[in-house]
Amino acid sequence: MKRMLLLWIIGWLLSLPAVQATDVPKARRGVFALTNARIVTVTQGVIERGTLIIREDRIVAIGTDVEIPPDAEVIDCTGLEIYPGFIDSGTQLGLIEIGSLPETRDYRELGDLTPQVDALTAVNPNSVLIPVNRVNGITTVITEPEGGLLPGKASLINLFGYTPEQMHVGGVRLMVLDFPSKGRRGRWDRRKPEDIEKAFRKAMDKLNEVWDRAERYARIDSAYRANPEKNPKPLYVPEMQALLPVIRGEMPLMIKVDLAPDILEAIQWVKKRGLKRVIFSGVAEGWRVADKIAEAGIPCLVGPVLSLPTRESDRYDKAYANAGLLHAAGVKIAIRTGEAENVRNLPYHAGFAATYGLGREAALRAVTINPAEIFGVDDLIGSLEVGKKANLFVTDGDPFEPKTRVRYVFIDGYMIPMDNRQLRLYQEFLHRQPGLELHPATH
Amino acid sequence: MLRVYLLACCLLLGLTTGAHAQRKGDLFIRNGTVLTVTNGTLKNTDILIRNGKIAAIGQNLKVPEGVEVIDATGMYVMPGIIDAHSHIAISNVNEATNPVTAEVSVGDVLNPYDIRIYRALAGGVTVSHVMHGSANVIGGQNETIKHRYGETDPDALRMEGAPRTIKFALGENPTRVHGRGHNVPPLSRMGVEFIIRDAFHKAQRYMEAWERYEQERKRNPRAVPPAYNERLEVLADILRGNILIHAHSYRADEILMLLRVLKDFGIQRVVFQHANEAFKVAPELAAFGAMASVFADWWAYKFEVYYSTAYNAAILTRNGVITSINSDSPELNRHLYHEAAKTLKYGGLTEDEALALITINPARQLGIEDRVGSIEVGKDADLAIFSAHPLSIYTVCKKTIVDGIVRFDADRDPDDMRLRVDPERPVELAIRWGDRQHGHRCLEGIDLIEFLTETLQSEWQ
Repeated sequence: MKRMLLLWIIGWLLSLPAVQATDVPKARRGVFALTNARIVTVTQGVIERGTLIIREDRIVAIGTDVEIPPDAEVIDCTGLEIYPGFIDSGTQLGLIEIGSLPETRDYRELGDLTPQVDALTAVNPNSVLIPVNRVNGITTVITEPEGGLLPGKASLINLFGYTPEQMHVGGVRLMVLDFPSKGRRGRWDRRKPEDIEKAFRKAMDKLNEVWDRAERYARIDSAYRANPEKNPKPLYVPEMQALLPVIRGEMPLMIKVDLAPDILEAIQWVKKRGLKRVIFSGVAEGWRVADKIAEAGIPCLVGPVLSLPTRESDRYDKAYANAGLLHAAGVKIAIRTGEAENVRNLPYHAGFAATYGLGREAALRAVTINPAEIFGVDDLIGSLEVGKKANLFVTDGDPFEPKTRVRYVFIDGYMIPMDNRQLRLYQEFLHRQPGLELHPATH
Repeated sequence: MLRVYLLACCLLLGLTTGAHAQRKGDLFIRNGTVLTVTNGTLKNTDILIRNGKIAAIGQNLKVPEGVEVIDATGMYVMPGIIDAHSHIAISNVNEATNPVTAEVSVGDVLNPYDIRIYRALAGGVTVSHVMHGSANVIGGQNETIKHRYGETDPDALRMEGAPRTIKFALGENPTRVHGRGHNVPPLSRMGVEFIIRDAFHKAQRYMEAWERYEQERKRNPRAVPPAYNERLEVLADILRGNILIHAHSYRADEILMLLRVLKDFGIQRVVFQHANEAFKVAPELAAFGAMASVFADWWAYKFEVYYSTAYNAAILTRNGVITSINSDSPELNRHLYHEAAKTLKYGGLTEDEALALITINPARQLGIEDRVGSIEVGKDADLAIFSAHPLSIYTVCKKTIVDGIVRFDADRDPDDMRLRVDPERPVELAIRWGDRQHGHRCLEGIDLIEFLTETLQSEWQ
């Protein structure tokens, strides 16, 4: 009897680590059948009471007449809706942990010209911020460096993965150019208009000088590649090497530009430089020159939407209305929050844009298929279609409404645990134990 | 002659102070869905406003002759939103020169021309608790204002009769500005406690000295009064319970610290502002009767808000703490209704509970709940009319009414609503706000110093 007890205790002790391990929620792949759902495909209409099958990383079937594979884990989605994972087209998620602590900020390198640095390098896959944000249905973001004229390269990343490479989507990198501005930097900026103009011209001169050099460097490099025997190898200049793919049109140039005069200058500059793959980001005053942007055919990553008007004389809701006005002028738009810790509010930025003129359908596209097309990954993500990556989420209602809850999130086919530190704090502290007792041990 | 001149001056003074009497309106709001907050939702209901007050609420009310009618069919009428933490409508925020500056008041620097008052109205906000900044442990006195945009007399903004309040600040901000910035205490949360206890002890001594003097004066007409000290006068008024404390705070430990200090000095009323970790000490807050005014979801912008949760407001509410959601931002204050809506998701509050977070609860925290914060007969006619339920993303604020006067009208107002053009800016240039522009204005003024010393402005939100 005693021996039995001893054996039982030993067995129990041995089983402990295993029990604890399963207590940690982990993402998992497999075959999932999401049945009886309202499937909002974005590109192929809405399917009522349909089934969507996920196998490994892909969507393998969608429809009302879909056979459920025998090995599938069935998730009954009666009364629920499925949407493609939302894409935030401008964030610093993964590059920053705590705003005020320089040690935790990796979005800015020293110097004005650092096109050679790569945001993906500094993405922290284990940032506490990531699970907090993805449970709201945001599966994919652009994460971008800032500061100076050419702060580095932005990347498109999924909000799941244990290495930056696992998170990287479609190999997308964008060269960031923070375009010189004729505006003020904040309410505290009281420079005289002529000083602002002077600073703008100086910055433009610098940009043009850099670009002249980059174009020259590209010619030398091309000549060398064409005939390495005859032509000299270009000197090692990391900034210039980094700009090669942009000059050659292999990497898009993401120009951060907000104000109307700056946008017009940027359009002229792009034309003069003959750049083909250009994206505007920010575009706060895009509505003022929407026709010009449409004419130039440059897609815009618009936002933050929840933002103040750029001028005191402007109507109070111009930042909300901007995306809608650009869309109406024929500009291809996607929406960005410019956030890090609160990328989770992307659906509300889109929702405000929808309410103030963009409309619900267009707002939905602006956080799904439009950015996928702009970044050239619409074969992978951005809509619910057979063959695409299983980046999607399941809600109990309209994803733009604050009251709506997200039930499931899949990223790259992984079923993501709906768990994060903020939720755990809620579970722990809603009814704290002990409550007010001073000496809980005596009870 | 001089006498006539003085008389004229007095008369003029009398006239100008008399002019402070507020404009109040009559209105009839017809057939709206009325979200009273304290008495549920009333469908197809009319509201009659007389002389700036809610005179009647009911179905099929009679329109008195000459009263303007607003048709609210298909729309939602809610109490004017109250922002318990704001820095709009003032020309200075921080008197950062000493860890204790109780003597100053932001009410002295009200700016009625601030366009941000109008923009707040456009989000249905009718009352703002305009606060001193958080550079000091005991900062300046705050001012509760009504958004009477269009009035150009600064005094016209004051919510007459609102209780006095003062700003305290715990944690990273005062320790950074004073301890690390200027090498004077506090450098730590220990030092913050000491600064407060020290200030209260000095105020007690000051009160005792005056009491002794008052006693002695009865016997000795030539008794010498103690030296008058405005700072200690204000601190003494806090001890007497005449000034309500609103304490900028984040961490649970510093919240508990202030509760202990206040208990020791017999102070009963306190509102914790921001209070990202208030949820961790919700039972203690409830037992004390302390209140909390929080963000819907801001976090991670500094270390003391890293262990935050968007469920803060819900946990506090469920633990019986009177809680509000504030903005601390001229951007966020335009969509406080949306911030409140997030509690439907984060913690599952009811719609009435969510609305209370931006109406009756902040009113309680400012001591103005008898006047505003719900739609009841006899209360001030501060109302916001929305095109759809204000907790829906698809809602638009259509009209905002203060004291029965329409101060914001989405359909009628021109784009440019400035009351004047700032003469210091001859050319209006656009401002490039950039990302994460929701910088807390708590350290405004400090920001500028940081900027001039080539520290990144964005570093301190």
